[in-house]
Amino acid sequence: MAVDIALQVEIEQLLTRYAHCLDDDRVEEWPAFFVESGRYKITTAENLERDLPLPILYADSRAMMRDRVSALRHANIYEAHRYRHLVSGTLVERIDAGAVRAVSNFAVIRIMHTGESMLFASGRYLDRIRLAGDGGRPQFEEKVVVLDSRQIDTLLAIPL
Amino acid sequence: MNAPLASATRAWPAEGLTRVPYWIYQDPDIYALEQERIFRGATWTFLGLAAEIPNAGDWKTTFVGEMPVVVARDASGTLHAFENRCAHRGALLCLKRHGNSKEIACIYHNWTYDLAGNLTAVAFRRGIRGKGGMPPDAQPESQAPRQLRLADYHGLLFGTLSERTPPIEDYLGSEIAVRARRVMKEPVKVLGSYSQLLPNNWKLYLDNVKDTYHASLLHLFFTTFRINRLSQDGGVIVGGDGGHHVSYTLRNTGTRGEEYEMDRMRSAQDGFRLEVPDVLDSVDEFGDGITIQILASFPGFVLHQIMNSLAVRQVIPKGVGRTELVWTCFGFAGDDEAMTARRLRQANLVGPAGFISMEDGAATGFVQRGVAGAPDRASVVEMGGRAVGSDPSRVNETSVRGLWQAYRNYMGF
Repeated sequence: MAVDIALQVEIEQLLTRYAHCLDDDRVEEWPAFFVESGRYKITTAENLERDLPLPILYADSRAMMRDRVSALRHANIYEAHRYRHLVSGTLVERIDAGAVRAVSNFAVIRIMHTGESMLFASGRYLDRIRLAGDGGRPQFEEKVVVLDSRQIDTLLAIPL
Repeated sequence: MNAPLASATRAWPAEGLTRVPYWIYQDPDIYALEQERIFRGATWTFLGLAAEIPNAGDWKTTFVGEMPVVVARDASGTLHAFENRCAHRGALLCLKRHGNSKEIACIYHNWTYDLAGNLTAVAFRRGIRGKGGMPPDAQPESQAPRQLRLADYHGLLFGTLSERTPPIEDYLGSEIAVRARRVMKEPVKVLGSYSQLLPNNWKLYLDNVKDTYHASLLHLFFTTFRINRLSQDGGVIVGGDGGHHVSYTLRNTGTRGEEYEMDRMRSAQDGFRLEVPDVLDSVDEFGDGITIQILASFPGFVLHQIMNSLAVRQVIPKGVGRTELVWTCFGFAGDDEAMTARRLRQANLVGPAGFISMEDGAATGFVQRGVAGAPDRASVVEMGGRAVGSDPSRVNETSVRGLWQAYRNYMGF
C-alpha cells in the first residue's frame, strides 16, 4: 500500500505541535488540540489488556480539559517541573475521508526545577483524528495515552 | 532482645505521643526492625480484594512489608496466602502480578506447589536411573514457604504470619469494622489498578492519611468547591489499639467556611469555578449522607469512599525512603452503566493525577527531604490536644497520635 506522504506529514506535524505545546508550558492551549467533544484518557497497558476501564486521568470535552488546566494553575500543589516529549513511530490509518487513526510511541522525560531529570513515562498514543477540525486543521477526536508501566513516580500533574 | 539501635540518641522524646522523632523515617536499622516486629509480627496486612482473584486457580502476587506473597484461590474456592519463595533455593515462585493455574512450579528447578503453598513434588527427588537425587531422609519441606493466616473480611483480604494476631474484627475494633462493612456492602467489581511511587518512608504516607487536619488546607480543589471544609459536619473515630481510624464528612451541613476567609488562608481563594461540575455529581449510594469516608488500618491499608469513587490502597514499603502505593478502584457487580460512568469520572479525583490527592505524594516527600539534617528533632502533633480518641472535629491530630501509639507498642519503643 502506498503511503500518503502528505497525510503522514500532516499527522506528525499535529503530534509535534502537541508535544511542543506541553513541553513549552503552554498548557492553556492544550484543549484546542481536541474537537469540542474530544476525549482524552490516560490509562495503563495492564488495565487495557485486562479490559479494565479505570483511567488515571479522563476528560470527554474541551471544557473538562480547561477545568484540568485551571486546577493545575490555581488549585493543585506540585513542585515546578517540565516535560520533554519524544514522539516517534507514527503509523497512520485512514478511517474514512474525514478521519484517521494514528498510533505513536512516546517517551516523556521529566525535568524537576532542581535539575533532577528522569524517564517519567513511556507508552503509546492511540489517536483518532478529524482531518478538517477548527480552521481546517486536524484535531484529536480521541487520544488514549497508554502507559507501558503501571507505576507513576510521585504524581502526574501536566497532561502527557 | 533484638539488635541494638544505631545510636544512643534513638530515644522517643519525653513529650510522648505529641512528638514524632525524625530518625523514625530515616534509620535503616529501624526499617529492618519494622519488617520483623510489624510486618512479620502480630498485624494484619491488606493483600487485596477477593474480587481480584474470583475464579478457581486465580492467584495474585503482593507483599507483606518486603516479604513477597502469593494469594490464591484453590479448586474448591478456598483462599490461601503464602510466601512467594521456593523451599529449595529461595527463588520467587510466581513472577507475574496475576495468573491462573492448577499448581505452581518454581521456574528454577521445577519444584511444584499446590495453591495452598504446600510443596507437592521435588524434581528428580530420587535421581535418574538410581543416580543423583536427594538422600532418603532429606526434608526439603522444612524450608517450605510460610503460610499466612488469611482473613476474608467482606471481600477485603488480610494476611498475617503471626498466631498472636487477634481476629480481624477485634483487631480493627467494632467501630472501624462496621464502617468497612458499610462500604463493602455488595459483591465487588474491580475497575482497575495503578501504583504511585512515593519518595518517602512508608509511615509518612500513613501519617498523611491519618492527618484529618491537612485535607482542606493542602488539597485546594476540595475547599474551592466546598466539597470538604472542616466546618462541615463529620468526625474522626479512632479504633483498636489506636492504629485504625475513620474520618468522615456529611453532605453540606456546615457553615459556608467563613473561618477560612477570616484566616485569609490560601485555600479560601475564590473566583475559580468548574465549567463541568459533573465530575462532582454523586448519589448517596449508602443512604446515610456521608460523602467522604476515609478508613485506614495499621500498618498499611486504606479504604476510601470519596463521593462515588471507591478504592482500596495498599502501602508497601520499598526501602527507607521509598513507598509503593497500590490503588485499586472498584464498583459493585450490580452497578448500572450510569453508576460505572460516574465512578470512572470521579476517578479524576483520586490517584497520582487526582484533583484532590496528587498533593499527598509531594507533601510526604517534602517531609522526607525537609528532615534530612534533623534526625534528632521531632514533629509537633498537638492539634486537638495530646490524647488519642474519637472526636467530632477534624481540626485534630488524634488519629496521628493513635498511629504512633500503635507503632510504639509494636516496636517496643
